[in-house]
Amino acid sequence: MTRRKPIATGSDWNFEILDRFEREIARLADEYRLDTYPNQIEVITTEQMMDAYASVGMPVGYHHWSFGKQFLAVEQAYRRGQMGLAYELVINSDPCIAYLMEENTLMMQVLVMAHACYGHNSFFKGNYLFRTWTDASSIIDYLVFARKYIAECEERHGVTAVEQLLDACHALQNYGVDRYKRPSPISAAEEARRQKEREAYLQAQVNTLWRTIPGQAQTDVLAGGHDEEDPLGLHAGGRYPAEPQENLLYFIEKNAPLLAPWQREVVRIVRKLAQYFYPQRQTQVMNEGWATFWHYTLMNRLYEEGLVDEGLILEFLQSHTAVVNQPDFDSPWYNGINPYALGFAIFSDLKRICEAPTEEDRQWFPDTAGSDWRETLEFAMKNFKDESFIQQFLSPKVIRDLKLFMVVDDDQEEMLEVSAIHDERGYRRIREALATQYALSVREPNIQVYSADIRGDRSLTLRHVQDSRRPLARSVYPVIRHLHQLWGFPVRLESLEGDEVVRRYHWPLPDEARQEQA
Amino acid sequence: MTYFIDRRANAKHKSAVNRQRFLDRYRTHIKRSVEEAVNRRSITDMERGEKVSIPSRDISEPVFQHGPGGKRSIVAPGNKEFTEGDRLRRPGGGGGGGGAGEGGASDQGEGMDEFAFTLSREEFLDFVFDGLELPHLERKNLVDLDEVRPVRAGVSKEGVPARINIVRSMREAQARRIAMRAPIRRALREAQEALEVEERKDPVLRNPARINELREEIERLEKRLESVPFIDTYDLRYNNLVNQPQPSSKAVMFCIMDVSGSMTQAHKDIAKRFFLLLYLFLERNYEKVELVFVRHHTAAKEVDEEEFFYSRETGGTIVSSALTLVDEIIADRYPPGQWNLYVAQASDGDNWDDDSVTCRDLLLKSLMPRLQYFTYVEITPHAHQALWEEYETVAAEFPARFAMRQIVEAGDIYPVFRELFKRRAAGG
Repeated sequence: MTRRKPIATGSDWNFEILDRFEREIARLADEYRLDTYPNQIEVITTEQMMDAYASVGMPVGYHHWSFGKQFLAVEQAYRRGQMGLAYELVINSDPCIAYLMEENTLMMQVLVMAHACYGHNSFFKGNYLFRTWTDASSIIDYLVFARKYIAECEERHGVTAVEQLLDACHALQNYGVDRYKRPSPISAAEEARRQKEREAYLQAQVNTLWRTIPGQAQTDVLAGGHDEEDPLGLHAGGRYPAEPQENLLYFIEKNAPLLAPWQREVVRIVRKLAQYFYPQRQTQVMNEGWATFWHYTLMNRLYEEGLVDEGLILEFLQSHTAVVNQPDFDSPWYNGINPYALGFAIFSDLKRICEAPTEEDRQWFPDTAGSDWRETLEFAMKNFKDESFIQQFLSPKVIRDLKLFMVVDDDQEEMLEVSAIHDERGYRRIREALATQYALSVREPNIQVYSADIRGDRSLTLRHVQDSRRPLARSVYPVIRHLHQLWGFPVRLESLEGDEVVRRYHWPLPDEARQEQA
Repeated sequence: MTYFIDRRANAKHKSAVNRQRFLDRYRTHIKRSVEEAVNRRSITDMERGEKVSIPSRDISEPVFQHGPGGKRSIVAPGNKEFTEGDRLRRPGGGGGGGGAGEGGASDQGEGMDEFAFTLSREEFLDFVFDGLELPHLERKNLVDLDEVRPVRAGVSKEGVPARINIVRSMREAQARRIAMRAPIRRALREAQEALEVEERKDPVLRNPARINELREEIERLEKRLESVPFIDTYDLRYNNLVNQPQPSSKAVMFCIMDVSGSMTQAHKDIAKRFFLLLYLFLERNYEKVELVFVRHHTAAKEVDEEEFFYSRETGGTIVSSALTLVDEIIADRYPPGQWNLYVAQASDGDNWDDDSVTCRDLLLKSLMPRLQYFTYVEITPHAHQALWEEYETVAAEFPARFAMRQIVEAGDIYPVFRELFKRRAAGG
């Protein structure tokens, strides 16, 4: 390969240089058949970056104190030098928005372009979760709509009222997603158009549901028979909802008896945004691993072609090594498994398995070993999420390299037990356990709406199905308090182990409830 | 396809609203931190921001989480010596480390008991002086005030070019153009119609002289139409300003400090800090506040700020000397009709025995009727002396406008200051 002259040397940059690098990266990415959205690269200042960070990467967000808290935390950490700012902050939108910070060196700018504009970008466009759950072309519009709507609500109903509502919704936002149903894409124009009629419609629906006045209901049930007023049989006995509902916010939006139409709309906004971020929560390892794999590949290609000099590539390697560093479990810097390290290791090893498989690889990955690496990686990127990706592609070599081991912590045993290590007997169990560790259903307690007592005291009952006897953290009380605020009537939460209820939580607390009745 | 956008020039502080909301929400916490900071800091230090900590549990955003307990398996990297089946003691005795269960949106709270952040200087001072005001800042009579402020008073035909009102001028010009052109247009239209009629006639019947005449007429009218000026001097309109007498909120604050021999260095420090707080407060809350510094031992002297706080002098104590001087200065420079007068005095309570009575009389007869507010802080851990007792009679006489408090140690300064300058309900 003929070596060309470096595009630039030193650490200073200007737009012309960035543009030339971008073109070269684009050419190489094209060679690797990376399919991306168009890029919109924004050069911003440190402070703007902190702003962007604070709003969890939403370029336009509604106002809420929690984002202010986030900002202060970021600012503090940055000032103390505890964190480098946004290696990459990239927004899953079409065009894909990435930020370059003005104070970064040339190397960092090139690295971020490779990492975010081609790595993450192609992941957003390719991965099935993102394709299913988010609509990149309309997210910005929707954010604008949400911001405007919430600002209007604040004007009409007061900042405090909106803030309390948002607090309550945020507490439940992880339970604002239909995990098994494909959602309809969100679009601002559509939302705004439909929003008005939805308000009226929603309210009408809720009214039907709650028409029966408690007390009177009993006689209705006794009377039985077909009721013209109640064609759905909602009030004719049985449990409501008939099936447990996993999407708490959706259930609230549609069924909470006392919410005003605008409050339902706010619940909906939080729910829609939670849905937008839902794939990101499930593909952290893959997404970072993929982007890191590509920045590593692209930067090395730039160097091979002579487009960057030794100084730059050394600076890059230093930065890259820091990013994929995985401290050991007993290191003071250990803070869980580094998704960059794990993801990069798996993707790199996958490439190795394709190009230079060993006997072990052939045994473990009969279909993959020796296949075209580019196609295999593309397949892996497109069709998995962290849980299934690890289950499928975590190779014995990566387990050995990272020296992974598994500890079982059972509160009924006095000691912890090392149940598997990186050896022949342990590979599968470690892989299994690590995959489970990334399963959202295991990371978050499984809580569903079990019943709403629409004929009685209107209380709402949730059920928590315990996973390996793991109880809920104490944060359960503040959360059900928020839920109570949304629902407007008593809220119960039952923890189930098997079919047996092992714990019950109430809000309002029982004695308070008694006082209220007195 | 890629494009670069340089957003560096865009507005910063996009999060300002969110930041403010956060501060508002945790007002009470922040106020407590600010209070502690004010007491801890040296006075020269008052002009910077402050680090504030809030217990994390108070600001956590709760979500459903797994608690400790039950059975779970953890995969971790970096095995060195373990083999399968090894049994280990639980670290820390608890049910596994706390960190692993911590999912959710925020990651900065992990393992930290306090959420710490830094207030900017502005925010800090906002909190320091939150809810305080100068008491009884009355609007003085308009009659004897010569203070004026130019205010807008409509639009006039005369003025200087700098005050030209473009929109109104152009509107005038347009109206004038329409008015001036209308008769010409009408004549023109008539002439054109006449010409048309003439030209349509049978060639035999045409009157060439008439046609020429009409053509000339049209030409003349068109020229006249063009010569109507687009804008003319009498179209011009100017924003009119008139001088309006202004109700004044001018205030003058007299700071009186005892620097006699009985005041120890610690006393002086406390007094200095009290005044400095006052000084910051005034500079911040009121645009037009003058400060007069009077220090006294046996004789009083008006000094500048620098000398007031930082030079040393000793001697006996005659408080009335300072009050007399203030009285003179008021008579001399600050006619009570135009100025709101405030006096803040700091002393250790020592005074010549018979002087305290003089002070009381001076206050009752001469000063208090003219003052808006008089604060007295006595810096002493000991029992009160004659001066305090005499002042108590003054306080009884003017309960709304005379306030006195005791400061024992530096920690009392801020609470006392807040109490003295607490915002009072209207009419109080």
